[in-house]
Amino acid sequence: MNKPLRRIAIFCALLVLALLVRDNWVQYVQADSLNTNALNRRTGIERYSHPRGNIIVDGKPITGSVATSGTDFKYKRTYKDGAMWAPVTGFASQVYGANQLEQIDDGILSGNDDRLFFDRTMSMFTGKEKKGGNVVTTLNADAQKAAFEGLGKKKGAVAAIDPATGKILALASTPSYDPSTIAGSSDEKAWVGLDKKNNPDDPMLNRALRQTYPPGSTFKVVTAAAGLEHGMVTDVDKPTDSPLPYIMPGTTTELKNEGNLPCKNATLRKALEVSCNSVFGHLGEQLGKDKMLETAKKFGFNAEQFTPVRADASVFPEDPNASQTALSSIGQFDTRATPLQMAMVASAVANDGKLMKPYMVDELRAPNLDLISKTEPEELSRPLSQENAQKLQSIMETVVKQGTGTNAQIPGVTVGGKTGTAQHGENNDQNPYAWFISYAKTGSGSPVAVAVVVEDSDASRDDISGGGLAAPIATDVMKAVIDSEK
Amino acid sequence: MSVVTNTTTIGAIEAPSRRNTELALLAFAVAIAVFAYLNVGLALDGEVPAGVLGYALGLAALAGVAHLVVRKFARYADPLLLPLATLLNGIGLVLIWRLDQSQRLIDRAKNIYGAFSPSAPKQMLFSAIGVALFVGVLILLKDHRILQRYTYISMVVAMVLLILPVFFPAQFGARIWIRIPGVGSIQPGEFAKIIISIFFAGYLMVKRDALALASRRFMGLYLPRGRDLGPILVVWALSILILVFETDLGSSLLFFGVFVVMLYVATERTSWIVFGLLMSAVGAVSVASFEPHVEQRVQAWLHPFADKTLAQSDQIAQSLMSFGAGGTIGTGLGQGNSDLIGFAANADFILSTVGEELGLAGTMAILLLYGLIVERGVRTALAARDPFGKLLAIGLSGGFAIQVFVVTGGVMGLIPLTGMTMPFMAAGGSSVIANWGLIGILIRISDTARRPAPAPAPTSDAEMTQVVRP
Repeated sequence: MNKPLRRIAIFCALLVLALLVRDNWVQYVQADSLNTNALNRRTGIERYSHPRGNIIVDGKPITGSVATSGTDFKYKRTYKDGAMWAPVTGFASQVYGANQLEQIDDGILSGNDDRLFFDRTMSMFTGKEKKGGNVVTTLNADAQKAAFEGLGKKKGAVAAIDPATGKILALASTPSYDPSTIAGSSDEKAWVGLDKKNNPDDPMLNRALRQTYPPGSTFKVVTAAAGLEHGMVTDVDKPTDSPLPYIMPGTTTELKNEGNLPCKNATLRKALEVSCNSVFGHLGEQLGKDKMLETAKKFGFNAEQFTPVRADASVFPEDPNASQTALSSIGQFDTRATPLQMAMVASAVANDGKLMKPYMVDELRAPNLDLISKTEPEELSRPLSQENAQKLQSIMETVVKQGTGTNAQIPGVTVGGKTGTAQHGENNDQNPYAWFISYAKTGSGSPVAVAVVVEDSDASRDDISGGGLAAPIATDVMKAVIDSEK
Repeated sequence: MSVVTNTTTIGAIEAPSRRNTELALLAFAVAIAVFAYLNVGLALDGEVPAGVLGYALGLAALAGVAHLVVRKFARYADPLLLPLATLLNGIGLVLIWRLDQSQRLIDRAKNIYGAFSPSAPKQMLFSAIGVALFVGVLILLKDHRILQRYTYISMVVAMVLLILPVFFPAQFGARIWIRIPGVGSIQPGEFAKIIISIFFAGYLMVKRDALALASRRFMGLYLPRGRDLGPILVVWALSILILVFETDLGSSLLFFGVFVVMLYVATERTSWIVFGLLMSAVGAVSVASFEPHVEQRVQAWLHPFADKTLAQSDQIAQSLMSFGAGGTIGTGLGQGNSDLIGFAANADFILSTVGEELGLAGTMAILLLYGLIVERGVRTALAARDPFGKLLAIGLSGGFAIQVFVVTGGVMGLIPLTGMTMPFMAAGGSSVIANWGLIGILIRISDTARRPAPAPAPTSDAEMTQVVRP
């Protein structure tokens, strides 16, 4: 009977061997795909098993973590002034994932990033609780507050940049939402309430980065830059060859000015000061679509910007006809821009023609505060020569000194700016958007460039103007930055 | 301590009893389990668990009693079986205790049953009863051949045990429990698997020659006469039918496997394997076609992540993710999330906790421990001198191997899940008690097998070779 017994022994060995092989297959080969399976709750459990790192503004965290009970997830994200900072932080929810900075720097914040490997290994030996690293932003809390409070109940957005470095100083969007309300695991009601489908205000839309508006007259700064750069205009105080009335080419339509303005053959300075549609439309037409597009692209149009949060691409139409080029050159037709984009335009002018890449994450730090990475300012392009930039500064400053932008004056500070009131809707049937872009200059250069857009449907139509609605907000933001520099 | 007191030329050389080896291994097994217990406590609460002394003393006492009884009543027994069983039982206790402290499982129990009661103390008690059964087997069963006398009684008892659960309400989708108020639930199938092995062994030992030789050749196969094969076929078919009716698939597979293995060993005819496989194929297809339960399990096995409405599918998916989360070296005892499996996490799915918290390394070690038990069992069968002992030993250890394969393969997604307990480790009284009984019988057979032959009586004429002169 021993021969079959030996065979049975082999059979039993094969059974065990099959299990060992299967074990290796599951726990070694398949382990990764099992761990990344969407149904695997361990990812979430691990992620929220320790306090998440913080997002820092001016040395103070604007986020936090609070211990919760009764669920698998031990810690929940909290936000200080959540509504104000939401366009910067995004949200981190136990159920709905994360977006914006919370998502982009999730590795650092959750402590899972490979760059934290050493840190993790150390705390394994020291027995410390795992913690996430911190994200230090470039934002300026005072500027952000000024922007957010300036927008108030109005719908709109503010973007402010440090022209010399590209650091984003303020990024506000209203109406906003408090990410704390959707951070937990039983916040479905709040989440549904924030959904665009149920909330016409679309509070989760980051208007500073993700909404493009027709920039209106603020785009004339770009057209002026194109005129200067391509030699169409050499002296901003020499009369241009601008007809009035200006009939757009190929049409019988007159490109009208807002009111009876002295725009016939006006100098570039005068044309910007009173915001002549005819002068800039004609200038754009003369430059042609290619030159206009070239300059617009140098300012950052037609490309997404990564701050590292993605900003939608602003648009200058690729192939307009001559009259469309004229319209596009005054920021109408298909021209669209994000507030960030227009702040970039102002910052490039203020920075003597050098456009710095906008960014909002200054440093990433390990839980023990070791520096993991620091963002170095990076030049994006040079839309203007230094000489032309200074010419443009000079006429933008005139706008604030005595033109449409007098609301933006700050005592003792040189301010350059441009208003905009962009038509909106079919046949201009909806309330226009009020725009203001500007920069401030102190003795040591320009610390801030800002763009404000207010899309206020409540104000009566005649009250809406860039100078009236948007410029005061921009002024407060500039003041806040200048004051905090002192 | 030589017993060679005579002067025969063929001395009865005593085999080493290996009892001290067993004691050392037992100490080692207890130490590993106690360290595991400490480990869980430190990982979960950051302090030495309060119950560690009680646990250590309890496990050591069980092991010590078992060892002393083996030393006294089965001194030539295999030295590995008892330490292996103790180690697996000890680790199982630690894992159950660890899962007892899972807040998730506590909440789950409170939601469903309104209260939570820890399983580890019960399991400790069942282990003690199991060791008592082990001791009882060794003391009462002086020779395993006595069991041969009870061949037909075994058959009746096994049948009764298998039929009984039919009269009790189904729990968790299977009728395999007998609920005795105040005592708890008993899973008689666990005991039936041992008793039916006794029947098979006793019957086949008597009929093996008839089965092997008095057969007609039919299409290359030797078909035995109906009167030889009939009774055993009836018993086997009946048990399978009952189990199918009770939707206890694991056990029907186990019974079938044990039957084929023992038949093959008894008759030494390979054709039985072919015959068995054919029958199993027919059985599997027919059962799967009229039993929706089976169909569900096959679906859950093929697509563990596909349909979350199936309870089994979720369990399999969670179990696989547990194994995956463990990776190569595991998360460490007490630091995994195997409790996400929910129902039966500490019973059928206890190995998933091993997989997650001890990793590939730990799971392979545990599987090899089971492999060693089987190997020692087969060795016992090889060494046994009587056909009944051989058959019983191979039936028990082959069944053990099949059970481990079916459970482990099920929770690892190698084969469809059938719902059986991992011997010694899974929470569940019947399983622990029955398996201690099984080890007791194996130790008894191995003791008989390794016991030196009694010394021939000294004879006076042994002193010199007698020369016969013509």
